[in-house]
Amino acid sequence: MFCKKRLFAFSIFFCTGKILLIVEVKVKKALQENSFKMNNVNDNKDWLFEITPKNKFFSLNFKEIWQYRDLLFLFVKRDVITVYKQTVLGPLWYLIQPLFTSVTFTIIFNNVAGINTGTVPPFLFNLAGITVWNYFTACLTGTSDTFKANASIFGKVYFPRIITPLSVVISNLLKFGIQFIIFITFYILYCFKGASLALSPLVLFFPVLIAVMGVLGLGLGMLISSMVTKYRDFSYLVTFGIQLLMYLSAVMYPMELIKNKIPAFGWLVEYNPLAYIIETSRYMLLNVGEISILGLSYTLIVTIAIFFIGLLIFNRTEKSFIDTV
Amino acid sequence: MKDIILKAENISKQYRLGQVGTGTLSHDLNRWWHQIRGKEDPYLKVGEVNDRSTKGTSDYVWALQNINFEVERGEVLGIIGKNGAGKSTLLKILSKVTAPTTGSIKSRGRIASLLEVGTGFNGEMTGRENIYLNGAILGMTKKEITSKLDEIIEFSGCERYIDTPVKRYSSGMTVRLAFAVAAFLEPEILVVDEVLAVGDAEFQKKAIGKMQDISKGEGRTVLFVSHNMAAVKSLCTKTIMMENGRIVFEGNTNEGIDYYLKSNEYEGYRGRYVSEPTHKKSAFISLSLVDKENEVRTEFGFEEEIAIIIKIKIGEEALRGNVGFRVVDIKERVIFSSDVKISNFVDKEGECEFKVLIPQKILAPNSLKITFIYHIPNIAFIDYLADCLSFEIIETGSDFAQYPGLDFGCVLLDCEWKNLSN
Repeated sequence: MFCKKRLFAFSIFFCTGKILLIVEVKVKKALQENSFKMNNVNDNKDWLFEITPKNKFFSLNFKEIWQYRDLLFLFVKRDVITVYKQTVLGPLWYLIQPLFTSVTFTIIFNNVAGINTGTVPPFLFNLAGITVWNYFTACLTGTSDTFKANASIFGKVYFPRIITPLSVVISNLLKFGIQFIIFITFYILYCFKGASLALSPLVLFFPVLIAVMGVLGLGLGMLISSMVTKYRDFSYLVTFGIQLLMYLSAVMYPMELIKNKIPAFGWLVEYNPLAYIIETSRYMLLNVGEISILGLSYTLIVTIAIFFIGLLIFNRTEKSFIDTV
Repeated sequence: MKDIILKAENISKQYRLGQVGTGTLSHDLNRWWHQIRGKEDPYLKVGEVNDRSTKGTSDYVWALQNINFEVERGEVLGIIGKNGAGKSTLLKILSKVTAPTTGSIKSRGRIASLLEVGTGFNGEMTGRENIYLNGAILGMTKKEITSKLDEIIEFSGCERYIDTPVKRYSSGMTVRLAFAVAAFLEPEILVVDEVLAVGDAEFQKKAIGKMQDISKGEGRTVLFVSHNMAAVKSLCTKTIMMENGRIVFEGNTNEGIDYYLKSNEYEGYRGRYVSEPTHKKSAFISLSLVDKENEVRTEFGFEEEIAIIIKIKIGEEALRGNVGFRVVDIKERVIFSSDVKISNFVDKEGECEFKVLIPQKILAPNSLKITFIYHIPNIAFIDYLADCLSFEIIETGSDFAQYPGLDFGCVLLDCEWKNLSN
């Protein structure tokens, strides 16, 4: 009897054990399935990044650029360090070029052609224009062959490509700074000599103006650099175009002059955003010419538009330019 | 569950051959026109398998086609293949240098590449400055580099030159410095291409050791492209073999290397070689591999007798010369050489034929090549035929037949074993 009872108990125990076991197996299975499902979900979600053929329409990864900020700084440092290496005159080259250009312009445009610069000494007038203009050309030429010049680095390693043109624009600020110091030196010199010079109170906005100039050069440079990757024709266009553009950008004459003298072509200058920047900077620094709110707003809009178009095309190009460069 | 860190799905890459010119412009316009109308790119349908040596009809080739693979965390994946098989293109896509034409790659970790060393090195800047620049290009922050600067300099072994411009460095030193920077990178996935081809033996050993540390000790994943089979063998846990832009083998490293070596050079064996009749007075005329019945063969069993028939033309000066040969295996290991004085056999000019018997049951089953040398010892080479005969010893029941794929040496010796315990 006792034995039977025991057996019974045992069998119950055994059965429950078995049931428990079954339940456990089932739970395990379910868990496994679940984890499998979860893993599947992970498969789609968990990826850090994905490399695909095409970019989204506009995908500028600001977070990534921020991660690479040290690289930007180092590129700027590299440009600054290496630029004077193995030259005798070093940074003096930065001074020689604007000075000689200003002298030439003064002789040809003011003395020979007789352009009137009002109360401002013609040399200073030209120097102001050239200093600002130089910053633009440096930005444009520096960025317009981004892909071509850096093909060897870009072909091996990935980093946000926009770092390179950005570094060009920033390191050129230094060059601009040196040239601007020359301008200030001559400004003070002319003041002592008794020329009637006055800063406009708007001079406080001068850095903003330079920033706009840089962004414009950057945008245009990015646009051109993207096209240069496939068709080298554009790099010829840049060297040639910059020369022509200077004559349309009111560098060596007041904007007013061209409107009065050749009204038929005045619109060429009037629609050139660069002309407004140079005219305005001269207004700020020397208090000559005019400041046109309409023109400046137009310049700002054009700059932003060009910058974003440039960025867009640059982004599209950076993915596979290495195959066509 | 496998911990997949990198997954390539259907990667294909198309390239246009020829030059960029007006033709490209018309294709671009056509492509653009299709795109506007919402149609598929018309040039994606054309394109041929990428085989460098054959002439194709289309201007488009597929450098990569339908590449699929997965890499687990901590795995060292070797990618091998002939020149132009698409290895570097694949790495370029992986390191985001160029985008695939179709397909996608998904990754759970940062990928840093070491495609060619010294990327972004600037000759004008010092070693130290270049460490920062190179590190930043590879994706490190300044803080990370500063914390590892001492280690990097020490690993590179360029301490003395660290404040000298890199343009004064020897190429080996540049590579050392560049590898050192990359070795201290901390991406989850490191892509390495052919770096080990440069640098001296000591540094190569160091580099391989470092890569082993990276993959084993630190659980980092490495994708390694190389032609150096020894390096692949010692590093990789898994191997992909590529051919004409496709994956033809995926799996165990040893098998992968065998596959590579076989497909590379041993496409056909050559049992007989007839030299061009030259104007030379002394030269090899013909060479052949024969069996017991004097039949030319290229496959021999392990237990079979192998003979080489060497027919030479002997000029006057060659009478004091030697004839010899060297047998190497598929991994370029020299197995043995044999060399005889001609004067031992002949004493006058004219044609002569030798038969050389190679003892059986010694050469391990393997693919072998023979190079013949006809020379006056230490003075002149009269004739030299590199790898002109090749043959295979087939496994016909040696003691090691039970371990296929295992490397147990070039020769099998009948060693004598004794029991000393009784």
